[in-house]
Amino acid sequence: MLGFGADLLWADMNRLLAFLFHQGVLDEQFLQLQQLQDHTSPNFVSEVVNIYFHESEKLLTNLRSLLMEREFSDYKKMEIHLNQFIGSSSSIGAKRVTSICIAFRAASEQDNRTGCLRALEMLEHEYCYLKNKLHELFQIEQQRALAAGVRYPV
Amino acid sequence: MGMAAESQFHVLAVDDSIIDRKLIERLLKTSSYQVTTVDSGSKALEFLGLCENDQNHHTSTNIPSVFPNNHQDVEVNLVITDYCMPGMTGYDLLKKIKESSSLRNIPVVIMSSENVPSRINRCLEEGAEEFFLKPVRLSDLSRLKPHMKKNKVKDPRNETEEKIENSEILLQQEAPKSQYSHSESESQSQLQAHSTIDQQQQPLQQNNNNNKRKSMEQQGLSSETDRTRQRYSGIATVV
Repeated sequence: MLGFGADLLWADMNRLLAFLFHQGVLDEQFLQLQQLQDHTSPNFVSEVVNIYFHESEKLLTNLRSLLMEREFSDYKKMEIHLNQFIGSSSSIGAKRVTSICIAFRAASEQDNRTGCLRALEMLEHEYCYLKNKLHELFQIEQQRALAAGVRYPV
Repeated sequence: MGMAAESQFHVLAVDDSIIDRKLIERLLKTSSYQVTTVDSGSKALEFLGLCENDQNHHTSTNIPSVFPNNHQDVEVNLVITDYCMPGMTGYDLLKKIKESSSLRNIPVVIMSSENVPSRINRCLEEGAEEFFLKPVRLSDLSRLKPHMKKNKVKDPRNETEEKIENSEILLQQEAPKSQYSHSESESQSQLQAHSTIDQQQQPLQQNNNNNKRKSMEQQGLSSETDRTRQRYSGIATVV
């Protein structure tokens, strides 16, 4: 049946979203992003999220190279990066990433290098997870759009 | 309809974060505002400086504009800025705007991801209209409308151009004293009380007594359309 696939994919998408909310990976700010997407701005969410990925990877690289410095002492610089990361993560509703960044920042404020390293590991892991899940979400959405498109030939 | 010149409010959004710029732009466009985004306080002042200069040229006779970009109808009705920015902070920008004779009438709203009461108070004391906590939501933007200001009202029925600071205050002054003097002082104190971080608060115009809204409706003027109100302010007498 035409369109049947689209409905299944819609259910998949919602299930994934519900899961991510339940796990605390995403919060309602992500829903806000979705609400801002409409026919005038149909790719808004993926555009914002892709910018987020790009910015985040830069930040993670900077954070890692700072902490890997032999004579590392520039906690202030690290905090600047972290503040950026916290801001952008909370703006897209990446709840767990935001929490880890906040803990990371606390460790930095205490000049706790070990704590920072541990936080960085967690952050990289969590960010990876988020990225994979969001890619999955966008994939399902794309497939659904295609499947729905079949039902209404232009 | 001769309302083409006043079609949309124009908001200047200032934020060093590219994501937040994209977000605020979308939020503002969804709320039917015209948007310009810049990534720093200094660029904001540059843009505002251009606007103000072009406005002055607008009223002068045949002096050609010395600026290459002819912002014919560009006017900024509100500035919304992030607090934490490298170089010039949002607070610095707010101060500069309020200290400028040509810019101080432009309402300024501050956004911040951090809920620091002393910071909020400082901004409000310096003249910020509102303080939004990030991430900013669509519902927050409904608090912007009452603060939007137009510098000039061109009413074809009225020969002279009226310069209005705030249409609401003007309307209150026009009204018979017995009915409105109470609401005027009340709205002043409400202006102070309104400037809290309570995200659930109603827009300012709803804080005014329903007296005003009732009489407006009696005249057949909808309190929803600020545009209509602005047109009549200074001319209409409240019966």
